[in-house]
Amino acid sequence: MDIQVKNLTKKYGDQKAVDALSFNVSTGEILGFLGPNGAGKTTTMKIITCYLSPSDGDVLVGGYSVRNDQQMIKQSIGYLPEHNPLYLDMAVIDYLRFAATIQGVKKAQTKDRIREMIKVCGLNKEKHKKIGELSKGYRQRVGLAQALIHDPEVLILDEPTTGLDPNQIVEIRELIKHIGSQKTVILSTHILPEVEATCDRIIIINNGSIVAEGTPEQLRKEASGQEISQVRIEDAIGDEVFSRLRELTSVASVDLLPNGCFSVESQFEQSSRRDIFRLCVDNNWVLTEMTPIERDLEDVFRNVTIEN
Amino acid sequence: MSAILTIARRELSTFYDSMIAYMLLGGFLALCGFFTWLYGGFFGRDVFFSGQASIAPFFGAAVVLLWIFIAALSMKLFSEETKTGTLELLLTKPVTDWQVVMGKFMACVSLILVALICSLPYYITVAWLGPVDHGAVLCGYLGLLLVGSTYAAIGILCSSLTDNQIVAFLLTIIVGIVFLFIFSMLSAYTSGAISKVFDYLSILTHYSSIARGVIDSKDIIYFLSIIGFCLLSTEAVLSRRKISD
Repeated sequence: MDIQVKNLTKKYGDQKAVDALSFNVSTGEILGFLGPNGAGKTTTMKIITCYLSPSDGDVLVGGYSVRNDQQMIKQSIGYLPEHNPLYLDMAVIDYLRFAATIQGVKKAQTKDRIREMIKVCGLNKEKHKKIGELSKGYRQRVGLAQALIHDPEVLILDEPTTGLDPNQIVEIRELIKHIGSQKTVILSTHILPEVEATCDRIIIINNGSIVAEGTPEQLRKEASGQEISQVRIEDAIGDEVFSRLRELTSVASVDLLPNGCFSVESQFEQSSRRDIFRLCVDNNWVLTEMTPIERDLEDVFRNVTIEN
Repeated sequence: MSAILTIARRELSTFYDSMIAYMLLGGFLALCGFFTWLYGGFFGRDVFFSGQASIAPFFGAAVVLLWIFIAALSMKLFSEETKTGTLELLLTKPVTDWQVVMGKFMACVSLILVALICSLPYYITVAWLGPVDHGAVLCGYLGLLLVGSTYAAIGILCSSLTDNQIVAFLLTIIVGIVFLFIFSMLSAYTSGAISKVFDYLSILTHYSSIARGVIDSKDIIYFLSIIGFCLLSTEAVLSRRKISD
C-alpha cells in the first residue's frame, strides 16, 4: 500500500503546523521524516493515522482517504506514537492479545501472531511481566509488537528509538529494516545517523513544509556541492604553496587552516587532487596528507532548517 | 459490537487487576450492610429498630453509596488515558470514538451489576425473616441499575473533560450532589412550574417512584436521556481533537 500526501495543511488556531505538504511513499520503502522539534512531523503522522483531521488537503493510504475511509485505513496501519504510550498495569501478553483483538486479528490466528511478535521483538522472557515493570528498551519493543501484531501494510513510527541505549538502537533499527523490506514505513526522528542507517529516502521538513528531499547520498552530495580536500604540504614555503595552489585551473579557492593545512575547494564538478599531486611532484614538495572532507547529513540538516 | 466488548473487557480486567474493583465492591457492600442492619435510621428504619422485615434502608443507602463508588470507578476512564497518551493509540485502532465511549460505559455498568448481584444476600436474609414485597424489590434493583448507569455516564463525561483524575472525581461528585440533593431542595423552596421543573430534574424523584414499584415510562425516559446526553457529549469531547481553527 502506498501513501500519498496531497497538499496537506493543518492549522491550530492561527498557527499552521503543517503547510501544504505533499509527498508519496511507495510499498517497500522506508521514508525518514526529519525535522527540528515542532516542525510538523508528529502532526503529519497523526493525520495519516486518522487521529487528527486535516484542515485542508488529503492523505490517501492505498487509495483510501483519511477524510472518508478512516476505518479501512486504521485496519492496515500499525502505529507507534511518540513517547510510546502503553497500559502499564497490563501484562505484556495480555496487552498483545488486546491489541490483536481490537485490530481484528482472527481468533484462530491470534495465538500464532502473539507468539511470532514475542519472538520477533525478543520479549520471551518478559511476556508475563507487567509492562510497568519493564525497562524503556523492552517497552519500546512492546510498542513495536503491538504496532505489528496484525501484520499491517503500513507502519508509522514516531521517534522509535528515543531513550534507548546504543545496543538497543541497533537492534530496533535492524528490526525496522527487516520489516520495512515488504511494507511501507514512515519513520520520524531527529537522530541523523538513524535515517542514514535505516531509510531509503529522506524528507526534511521545517515549519510544516518540505525543505529537502532525496536519498541520503543525494542529500549529502547536494550539500557538499564541490569537492573539498584538506592538504598538508611540507618542505615548502607556505606563501608560495598558497599562491601556486590558487593558480591551478581546477581549484576554486584555498584556505589556510589553523593547523597548518590547506583547505582546497575544487571547481564545480571537477576534482583537483591529481593536479595538487602533480604540483608537489614538480616542485619537490612533500605531500604528507590529503583528506577528502565529506559533508554529512548534519550539515544538510542545519543548512535547511536554520532560520536566517 | 466486538470492539465495544473488547474495550469493556480490558477495562474490567484493569478494575480487577488493580484491586479497585474489590475495594469498591467491598466498601459498597459493607456500608450497605451497615445501613440495612445496624443504622438504618439514616435512610429509613433498619431491621432491628423497626422489628420489621424491611429492605427500604438498603435502597435508600445504595442510591447514595453507588454515586461515590461510581465516581471513583469512572474518574480514570478517560482522564488517565488522555494523560498517558494511550487514548491516542486506542483511537488509531480500527474503532470509532463511539465504540470507545460505549466500551467504557459497558465496563462500568457490568461492575455495577456485579455489585448489585453481590448485595442480593441482604435481600434474601431480610426476606427470610419476614414478608417482603418481591415486586417492589425487583423494581428497586431496576431503579438502582438505572441510577448507577446514569452516574456512570456522568462520570465518563467528567473524566473526558480533564486529564486529572482527581478533578474528574470531584466534578462527578459535584454533579451528583446537584442531581441528588440540590434539585430536590430547590424544588422544596420554590413553587409552581419552577418547583415542578426542579422536581423533575432530581434523580431521587424518579428513583423513589421506581423503588416504590411504579415503573413509569416517564422515569425510564428521564434516566435514559441523561445517559444518552452524557455519552454523546463524551463522544463530542473526544472528536474535538479533529476540529481545527
